[in-house]
This record gives sequence, structure tokens and C-alpha cells, in this order.
Amino acid sequence: MIELHELTKRYGDKTAVDGLSFQVPQGVVTGFLGPNGAGKSTTMRMILDLDRPTSGRVTIDGKHYGQLSEPLKYIGALLEAQAVHPGRTAYNHLLWLAQSNRIPIRRVDEVLALVGLTEVARKRARGFSLGMGQRLGIASALLGDPEILMFDEPVNGLDPEGILWIRNLMKRLAAEGRTVFVSSHLMSEMALTAEHLVVIGRGRLLADLSMADFIAQNSRSAVRIRTPHPEQLLDALATQSITAEAGPEGSYEVVDGDLVKIGELAAASGVTLHELSPQRASLEEAFMQMTADSVEYHAGVAPGEVVTDAAGAAGAWGAGWQPPADKRQKKQKGAN
Amino acid sequence: MGSFPAILQSEWTKIRTVRSTVWTLLLTFVVTVGLGALISLLTKNNFADFTKNDNSPFDATTTSFAGIGLGEIAMIVFGVLAVGNEYSSRMIRVSLAAVPQRGTLLTAKSLVVGGLALLVSLVTAFVTFFLGQALLGDHHTTLSAPNVLRAVFGAAVYLTMLCLFSAGVTAMLHNQTLALGVLVPFFFLLSPILSAVPKVKNVAHFFPDYAGKQMLTVFPTPSEPYGWLAGFFICGAWTLAALLGGAAVLKHHDA
Ligand SMILES: Nc1ncnc2c1ncn2[C@@H]1O[C@H](COP(=O)(O)OP(=O)(O)O)[C@@H](O)[C@H]1O
Ligand SMILES: [Mg+2]
Repeated sequence: MIELHELTKRYGDKTAVDGLSFQVPQGVVTGFLGPNGAGKSTTMRMILDLDRPTSGRVTIDGKHYGQLSEPLKYIGALLEAQAVHPGRTAYNHLLWLAQSNRIPIRRVDEVLALVGLTEVARKRARGFSLGMGQRLGIASALLGDPEILMFDEPVNGLDPEGILWIRNLMKRLAAEGRTVFVSSHLMSEMALTAEHLVVIGRGRLLADLSMADFIAQNSRSAVRIRTPHPEQLLDALATQSITAEAGPEGSYEVVDGDLVKIGELAAASGVTLHELSPQRASLEEAFMQMTADSVEYHAGVAPGEVVTDAAGAAGAWGAGWQPPADKRQKKQKGAN
Repeated sequence: MGSFPAILQSEWTKIRTVRSTVWTLLLTFVVTVGLGALISLLTKNNFADFTKNDNSPFDATTTSFAGIGLGEIAMIVFGVLAVGNEYSSRMIRVSLAAVPQRGTLLTAKSLVVGGLALLVSLVTAFVTFFLGQALLGDHHTTLSAPNVLRAVFGAAVYLTMLCLFSAGVTAMLHNQTLALGVLVPFFFLLSPILSAVPKVKNVAHFFPDYAGKQMLTVFPTPSEPYGWLAGFFICGAWTLAALLGGAAVLKHHDA
């Protein structure tokens, strides 16, 4: 299990990771989500002890990465950029890697087959496409048959076929009981694979919750109404204890409203409707709202309050819909 | 910690599976042997001209090693590439993820790079010597003459030390292009020029290449500030310092 405790990384004046604490749950795919520059890659490099934390610590199965003997057998990683010598063949790249951790050499052929690179195993990496390079990186990660896998934006720049392949691979790895920690800046990508979510913005934790909770909290619907006679309609709705909030451009919105019931009420009271439409924000919009708020909020407020408030904004539904004031205060789920 | 022999084996695989290893080492051999042979032949054919203003005894060994000043550049490039390609390809992150004990990793790499460099240097030195002597004809010397065997071994040790020095400096700079841009002009131009400039040469005579070349001298030269053994230690100290500096930077720098 990967555990982060108040992990902080500064590059000069720039704070890339700011007091991050969370645990990566075992045996599931955990999505590590945040906009570009949020600090995902930096966090992953610190997990591997490639970048040294300014403060705080991170452990794998309770140990510092440097204390792991033959670490590729515990954790396999694919980092953001291709990291293969262009003049070395795929086979030889995996060979030296296997030898360094005393991994049986037959694993080299196994992982090459697993990622579909057997045909080009003896070709120099120079000629590899982005997708092939990514597959080679994944083969390196799988080489030591590790319990934990970490992928930094694995689908970036891949064609749809490659994306599908990686998605299925991650699901399969989790089904085998492995821990998969995968970063992305796209919610839509995570929605399809991740069971758990860790969201960061500007190096800080915004949310740490199960995908199911995220969906439950973010996929509620609203009914948008537009009418030239709002008072009449609001009165009619009030008779049924339905409250509407002011929406964009003079519209009104009823949270969790029933489209049919509202339409019938309007007809019964003779109110003309110009719009009666269901509103459902995508998870992507919810994610954007969550991280956008963190950015705004960072402008002039003390740290520490950030996690609570920014996470609270997860109630937002995205474009055009303003969450009610009380919802904004509700804490989604803070740091562990 | 991982197994050290396993890490050595892995570093050996790295070094033998890139083409630059072959061409840099081959170039070291060809240039040192070839240029030495050419100069030896020219010396034999023009012996009277070449030695008429020279009062010191003719040094047949040094003559056959006349190509080492150029051959060493290829060896320096080998040392730079062996370490630098980890940085240029960003593979250093994969290497450190596999072997997070950074000092151990650099030790293993230095042993493999240094071992291979020594092997190639020994072959180069002896072939250079024997071919040069054969071409010198009547003016040749033999391994059994005083100091000659030491000088031939000295040539091999010299090349190996320059290689490891370059590897260490590259680890300190953690940038292949920068290391090439610093080391090649330094050894090819700057050091030879400075060692001939009055006053400045007193400093330049303690540079690693100048010091190391003292290991190749057969006849004691009173004009030199120190002898072959001091040269060995000065060049060795530079090499050790570069490797330790490289290890210190590698340990503390984010990869
Ligand atoms: N080596 C570095 N030196 C200086 N700044 C860095 C370095 N690495 C990352 N950063 C900065 O830290 C922030 C987080 O970057 P990164 O971890 O790459 O984010 P992400 O992977 O989430 O896009 C960015 O603002 C980036 O510019
Ligand atoms: Mg990144």
C-alpha cells in the first residue's frame, strides 16, 4: 500500500505538491486526478524516490522506496515521458532491467507478449511510435510481476485502440487483485476505470473518495424552466412545496425536479413555458468545477481551509448551474 | 539492497547493447594505433632530421604512443556517453527506480565502464607499442628495457583514468551534451595549449591529462615538475574526485 504523509515538494519558489496525505487503497484502480500542473507527476516521482520531498514522507508497504530490496518486484511504474535509450532494442531494455532486480529472464518474453511487442522485440526503440513506446514502458512496469502498478497519464497521445487497450489492462490488473494507481487530467477517462478517486489541484488534496460516492454526489439532476410569468409559476410550484432557484439568463431550476409533474403544474395554472428541460452535468463538468474553485480559492485565503471548501464545491453541476449556498458548505470528503 | 553482482550484470548489458560503445572504443584503438604507427614510420625514415636538435636520448616508446593524444578523445567520449545517455534518454529514472541505492548504481556503472575501458586500453597500448617498434626498425626498444613495460601499462592506465574522470564529470553535470561540450574542447585544445603557455603552464601541468601522460615517460626528464608515480597519483586523484563528485550530485539531485 502506498501512503503519503504531508508530502510537500518545492522547486525554488514554486510549490508543486503541498502537504498531500492520502493512501492508495489495495486491489483496486485508483484514479489520481488533477488539471495539468496539479502536481501528479511530481507526486509519482516522489513515490519512487526520484525527486526528494521538501518535507513529509511516502512509504510503500510501510517502507521508504530506497529500503525496498529489488523494488521492481513490489511496484512497477510508467512515468510520463518515454525513458528508453533510442539505440537499444526493446528486448535489451527489458533485459538489463530484469537483471538488475534478479527477475527471471523468461519474464522479458512474457511481458513483451503481454503488451504485444514480440514482433518488434529486436528493433531499436528509436523507430517506435508513441503507442509502442508506451507499451514498452508498461512492459517494464509489469516485468517484476509487482503488486502495485503506477501509471502516469498512460493514455496521453494514444489512438483510440491504444486507449481501449490500456483501459482493459488496468481493469484486468485490478481484477487480479493488484493495486493500480493511475493519473489523468480527464475525468471521463477515470469514470470508466477507477473505483477510487484522489483529486488534487495546485498540489493540494481536493477529494479522496470512492467513484460511487463521487457519482452519487455529482450526478443529481435539475429541471430548468423558462417562462414569461415567473411569479405565477413559482406560486404554483409552492403549492406543491417545490422550490426553484434562479438559474442563468432569467431561468429557474428545480433541484431533483420531476419534469412531468412540473409540466403538468404549469399547464394546470395556465402558465406559458418557453423551456422545460432536464439538466444533468457530466462528471467532467463536476471535476472542472471542483478544480476551478480550488484555483480561485487559492488567490487569497490561508491554506488548511482549502480542502474543505474546495471539496464542498463538488456539489456543483457544471455549466450554468449554481449550487445552493447550503450545498456549498457541505464537505464532500476531506483528507484521510 | 539488491544484489551487487546482479546490478553489475545489468550495467554490463546496458554498455554492450548500445552502438556508441563499439564505435568509441574502436576509434580509440584505431586512432592510437594508426597515428602511432604513422609517426613511427615517419621517424624511422627521417631519423636524422627528427633527432638532430635533440640532446636527450631517443624515446622509442613515446614515439610509438604519439597518437594517444587524439585517441584519448574517443575514450573520453566513451566515458561521457556511458553515463550521459542515461540522462539524454531520461532512462536515469528507470535505472534509479530499479536500483534506488544511487551510490551503488554509480559504483557498478564505474566498475563496468572502467573495466571495459581498461581492457580495451591494454590491448590498444600493447598493439600500439609492438606495431610502433616494428616500424621503427633499428631505433626500436623492447619491453625488457628499463621503464618500458611500466610506460606501456601507464598508457593503458592513463586512458582508463581519463575515461572514468569523464564519466564522473558527466554524472556531476547530469547532462550529456554539456559534458561533451566541456570535456572534449578541454582535453583536445585547452589543456594542451595552456600547458605550453609560460606561467599558466605551472597550473596546467597539474591537469589530469598532463599529469597522466607522465606515466608514459621512459627517460626521467629534469624539465618536468614531477615523475611518473606522482603523475599517476595526480591523475588518479582527479579521477577519484570526479567520481565522488558525480556520486554526491547523483545522490542529492532530483532525477
Ligand atoms: N523539476 C521541476 N522544476 C521546477 N518546477 C517543476 C519541476 N517539476 C514540476 N514542476 C512544476 O510543478 C508543478 C507540478 O507539475 P507536475 O507534477 O508535472 O504536474 P502534473 O503532472 O499534475 O501535470 C508545475 O507547475 C510544474 O511546472
Ligand atoms: Mg504530469
